Amino acid sequence: MKSLRKSGRAAFIPYITAGDPTLAATRLFLRALESARADIVELGVPFSDPMADGPVNQRSAQRALKNGATLGRILEFAGHYRRGGGKVPIVLFTYFNPLLRFGLKAFAKKAEENGIDGVLTVDLPPEEAGEYRRRLDERGIAAIFLASPTTSAARMELIGRASTGFVYYVSRLGVTGERAKLPAALAAGLKRLRGKVRKPVAVGFGISTPEQVRAAARHADGVVVGSALVKLTEGRSPARAARLIRAAASAMVRALRGLRRTICL
Amino acid sequence: MRKYSALTGRFGEFGGCYAPETLMGPLHELRRAYMRFRADPAAQKELKYQLKNYVGRPTPLTYAARMTGALGGARIYLKREDLAHTGAHKINNAIGQALLARRMGKTRVIAETGAGQHGVAAATAAACFGLKCTVYMGSKDMERQALNVFRMRLLGAEVVPVNSGSRTLKDAINEAMRDWVSTVRTTHYILGSALGPHPYPSIVRDFQSVIGREARAQILAAEGRLPDLLIACVGGGSNAIGLFSAFLGDKKVEMAGVEAGGEGVNTLRHAARFAARAGGSPGVLHGTSTYILQDRDGQVRETHSVSAGLDYPAVGPEHAYLFRTGRAAYVSVTDREALRAFDFLTRSEGLMPALESAHAVAYAMKRVPRMPARKIVLLNLSGRGDKDIDTVREAKRGKNG
Repeated sequence: MKSLRKSGRAAFIPYITAGDPTLAATRLFLRALESARADIVELGVPFSDPMADGPVNQRSAQRALKNGATLGRILEFAGHYRRGGGKVPIVLFTYFNPLLRFGLKAFAKKAEENGIDGVLTVDLPPEEAGEYRRRLDERGIAAIFLASPTTSAARMELIGRASTGFVYYVSRLGVTGERAKLPAALAAGLKRLRGKVRKPVAVGFGISTPEQVRAAARHADGVVVGSALVKLTEGRSPARAARLIRAAASAMVRALRGLRRTICL
Repeated sequence: MRKYSALTGRFGEFGGCYAPETLMGPLHELRRAYMRFRADPAAQKELKYQLKNYVGRPTPLTYAARMTGALGGARIYLKREDLAHTGAHKINNAIGQALLARRMGKTRVIAETGAGQHGVAAATAAACFGLKCTVYMGSKDMERQALNVFRMRLLGAEVVPVNSGSRTLKDAINEAMRDWVSTVRTTHYILGSALGPHPYPSIVRDFQSVIGREARAQILAAEGRLPDLLIACVGGGSNAIGLFSAFLGDKKVEMAGVEAGGEGVNTLRHAARFAARAGGSPGVLHGTSTYILQDRDGQVRETHSVSAGLDYPAVGPEHAYLFRTGRAAYVSVTDREALRAFDFLTRSEGLMPALESAHAVAYAMKRVPRMPARKIVLLNLSGRGDKDIDTVREAKRGKNG
């Protein structure tokens, strides 16, 4: 486990889909996010049937798959990035089937070799994650589980115990994607979760503007922004998209100034 | 291999509950509500009442005399699910789940549909119990099952076209899940086949098990003994598991599930998950661990079948278990064979099968002539073919022109 620099603010955790539209573009985007001072990057592994994702991320996954972004290539890509001096911790955001097909043991080994810091599998609850957790744990890779507004107190404890690194709180019922407003019950939901979980909590789903980022960060240790950044890549050259991503991410990081951060991977 | 766990929904190594966290609480709630429903005499009485007086059960078991004569082998009985209200077995499950939804205090139901039979059944049950209903359907399936789309809309359901992926059943399930994850507090998802996260495979099997219970009693009454072979088509596999479930303990009863061979299992255009070489492999899709048609990177492959209801890359987890343990055999027939079987049953018995059910008939046409006359075959005629007339007409036109 690597410890992050202490920057004295809540963590900014942008999401991008690996390989959308190409892995070369993803490299540019990673550099852009790094220079915007992102604390952790969630790298999406595209899947043919992303049932937890809204239209923006669905289209993004389709573009990536069309251009051949397989799990194996994404892991190699992450290794190149690390060996090239890339410093931002990487959490893979994935569905379970590609990992299963790769083999959980082989996946954990390759992930470690290529500098992956954590894995979040959106359709794998702790109850089904026995071997998965063991394999990741053997390799010192964080297993991040999700909690949501429908999660009971008992499940929150289970999720807290199962998670290493941090717990990801899904801000609202529904799929990924931008929304006009943060849910009214967000603060209460995060407070409830923090009462049951000792680990740091990041919040995501539907958070897209600097104002929303700052508001959400008042109640969490980190904030995830996905579709709002992914959307910037649609129909643009990678170089142009990278500039826009950098500008958007910088504005979000600025919005976080002065808010504490406690997530370390 | 442990057989079945009602707590975790495992069928040996298959099944389970691989759902996004937002659905985990609601799925546990559904499991508890269903356990209560199953144990509650009043609920069971209501279900029985609706199956008898609304669905029209029991459905008959018809001896297919001319089909038997034409094939010259085992005697064939047809379980007539085509005679159930709405024209297919899907209503058994839709009525059951609608009753369950009402008991859970849900005011809205959603459903996915491939051939449209489950969508029609869900829309019907919703109309019957005064629930709001939204049905997700792949836009490719909407084209080839236009009649059923119209039926659903007549019944007051909203039919939402799904344009992602292969625009078929699997994409409709993705979209229904996305709806459910947003609306789970007021909405019950009436999943139409014996698949998805636990407890769905068990709930759907239980509601469809009425097929097997009736058929077992009916064949005993007609022949004084059990059949030698059961035949049913398998998309997700709800009609098949409904029939098979009553015979699992009868070791001498052979079971065959018939998958969609599409343009042939040596092409990529089929939906035969259990085919020997070109078939599927274990994986996780739509919340369950089962056999899936996938590429070597774990991406789900596109499938093809002339029958929208069988055009699905995964299969119910209990079928994966029955396949793995060898208790049931899984075979496939091609589009062409299914279309030939459609003609054959229509002409020889005056029964027009759904193209899904025609797959079961096609396998009987291959298998029955090789069986001695003393043997008995029980085939599940899971639905009627009115909905497929356009597809059949297109296919004939293609062949002639």
